[in-house]
Amino acid sequence: MDDQSNSSFAPLMALIAVLAPFSLVAIGGGPAIFAPLQHQAVEVHRWLTAREFIELFAVARVAPGPGSMLATLIGWKVAAWPGAVVATLAIFLPSSLLCIGVSRVWSRYRGRAWHQALEDGLAPIGTGLMFAGAVAIFKLANAGPLGWGLGIAVAGLLTLWPKLHPFLVLGLGAVVFVAVAAVPH
Amino acid sequence: MTATTAAEKPPISLREIFSVFFWIGVFSFGGGLTGWVYREVVTKRGWMSDDEILSGIALAQVLPGANVTNLTVFVGNRLRGYSGAAIALTALISPPLVMCVLALWAYGFIQQISLLHAAVDGVAAAAVGLNIRLGIVGAVRVVRRVGPTITMLATFIAVGVLNWPLVPVVLVIAPLSIASVWPWKRNNG
Repeated sequence: MDDQSNSSFAPLMALIAVLAPFSLVAIGGGPAIFAPLQHQAVEVHRWLTAREFIELFAVARVAPGPGSMLATLIGWKVAAWPGAVVATLAIFLPSSLLCIGVSRVWSRYRGRAWHQALEDGLAPIGTGLMFAGAVAIFKLANAGPLGWGLGIAVAGLLTLWPKLHPFLVLGLGAVVFVAVAAVPH
Repeated sequence: MTATTAAEKPPISLREIFSVFFWIGVFSFGGGLTGWVYREVVTKRGWMSDDEILSGIALAQVLPGANVTNLTVFVGNRLRGYSGAAIALTALISPPLVMCVLALWAYGFIQQISLLHAAVDGVAAAAVGLNIRLGIVGAVRVVRRVGPTITMLATFIAVGVLNWPLVPVVLVIAPLSIASVWPWKRNNG
């Protein structure tokens, strides 16, 4: 143990203290907590500047993973790999523990008539939310007709060939967008 | 209704659960790939029914946390209990954890990223297409009945068009929707 170990422990605790409560209020996922997270990370704890926060947000969108991975990057900024791992656990573990509790109650009563009614009643809500989510992501990404067209075309392709590999479909999206961007207007 | 067939099948291996969710994690560009979870778990492997996963999607969205991690925990628990949920979540989260840090590191070197940015937007748009496809699967089942059709449209309009906050909307619609499909005839003797 060197004399740095004590001082490098405090930032990890601060990350947990900020992120774990956000995990339990992030209803609808990452976007619900981005504003309060920025306040905490930039103004209260001064882990990064406002400009850096925007950059991390963009990188989190570019990289795979849920948008909440923004927390991982903040953790990385604060304390490198230990920070990234601790931040990831802090943002995903509390909500996941709650989810498994609810899931287990849900699964225990499979097959009962009332459970079937709950499932039948929640399924159309899930369906409506899927469409609403598609609209929300397109709005958030400022998608033009190209984005909408591609999304609908992909849905059509998958309806015709349900087992088409997603990687092909995602690659097709990248190729189409790069081709359009590369053509001089 | 599928209880007998489920009981006859051998348990799904944790290794296979890990592998499925690991690759979803690797390619989950543009946010949650709920549509991909559906494809891998229902379309390709038949591990769950359409209604089961659609109700799981509704639960995943109402509960706090990222939708795709919640759905992953739900599916993992349904397949293999606590260990299934833990394995699935670990597999889903680990690749993006490493990849987003590497992306941040690479970001420092890439000055001209307009084409990269376009590629990412294209991937995200295609990813939304996967979700629209799942919405279509659900809609085909829903429109057979009046109550669920109204529920689906009301949910979409309130959240997707009017931008009303999701939780209050679902808290109001869910009881009405469940009431509309409740088996009201006295048969619980």
